[in-house]
Amino acid sequence: MYNFEFTKPTTVEDAAKAMSAEGAQALGGGQTLLPTMKQRLAMPEILVSLTDVEGMVGVSKAGTTLTIGGGTTHAQVATDAAASYPGLSALADGIGDPAVRNRGTIGGSLANNDPAACYPAAALASGATITTNKRDILADNYFQGMFETALDETEIVTAVSFPIPEKSNYQKFVQPASRFALVGVFVAKTADGVRVAVTGASNGGVYRWTEAETALNGDFSARAIEDMSGDATDMITDLHGSAEYRAHLVGVLTRRAVVASS
Amino acid sequence: MPTISMNVNGTSVSAEVENRTVLAAALRENLGMTGTHIGCDTSQCGACVVHVNGKAVKSCTIFAVEADGAEVSTIEGQADADGSLNVIQQAFQDHHGLQCGFCTPGMIMTAAALLEENPKPTEAEIRDHLEGNICRCTGYQGIVNAIMAASGQNSAIAAE
Repeated sequence: MYNFEFTKPTTVEDAAKAMSAEGAQALGGGQTLLPTMKQRLAMPEILVSLTDVEGMVGVSKAGTTLTIGGGTTHAQVATDAAASYPGLSALADGIGDPAVRNRGTIGGSLANNDPAACYPAAALASGATITTNKRDILADNYFQGMFETALDETEIVTAVSFPIPEKSNYQKFVQPASRFALVGVFVAKTADGVRVAVTGASNGGVYRWTEAETALNGDFSARAIEDMSGDATDMITDLHGSAEYRAHLVGVLTRRAVVASS
Repeated sequence: MPTISMNVNGTSVSAEVENRTVLAAALRENLGMTGTHIGCDTSQCGACVVHVNGKAVKSCTIFAVEADGAEVSTIEGQADADGSLNVIQQAFQDHHGLQCGFCTPGMIMTAAALLEENPKPTEAEIRDHLEGNICRCTGYQGIVNAIMAASGQNSAIAAE
């Protein structure tokens, strides 16, 4: 990979300042960024490490909201959210492999918004709030397409707040080589209704499957969505699966998630 | 070039690295510790797994400058001071946990991290934990048997 300047600020303010430089890029756990840089798909001139930024790591529960620092690793979320939000904990425990989970962070995943990443599905289905150094952004407004988010160039995901649903579950059909989601579905049942978020399937990135939500609001059972499948119109077709295959999986995985939700 | 300091296997070391140098390269090329292997260099094979501050990580996917100040454990630090193999290493030898040996450093370091947090894993837990470690010659059964044995459990082996 090409060389770069490296800086390791200790405050969010200094990190944001460093990111305002031309060619600067934030570095979280680096589990996507390093492989991308090795392939020269990313060539940042300056890397701003967020590793030492204070106050960005940890899981805390207040009332019915679980707040996770942006620099918290998947492994820590898997452990620390297990009692309070088991659906989210299980999702974190299924990302990549153990070594990847020890480095990769929730903030990095959400900032990157890979169309096959797991966390975007949890954030969107939960109705989470993404907190940056500048503002709070509702998940419904945050995800703006494949690798696109509402973040501007000097914004850092400092925390993510998840309203804890009554029931939830995440089902991932893994792409056998990468272990990313070929399709992943997160179902969250809250007092305000059911939310279903789909990752891995669409060219537009993570999205809510509103037809299924409507059906599940009437009857929260697999039977209510028995004959439904996703809309293949704008779904991804690649070596691993056609748009029609993914659309089929969306229905199957949603039913499985409803059955498994707890 | 920046100079980094680390504690590697209980010894304080420093190295002059480029910002882009990954930890695996710093260990191998700057410090001459070639026990850590780079198999794929794309974060998939796990041959480069070392422990950084007690956590197993893929050392090809962390910059050396990010490990500045860290405690690092590598395969070189696993054997006892007199050179005799530790329990996991001995179990790999006893239960055919390796053939060519290329993946073994990563397998041992991953197994050590697993047994640290879960001293009596089930066979399924071992297989799940090895998801990020690829072996392309001996197969996984011997590796799983070795880790079972290293944790003082012999049921899987007895069943053969």
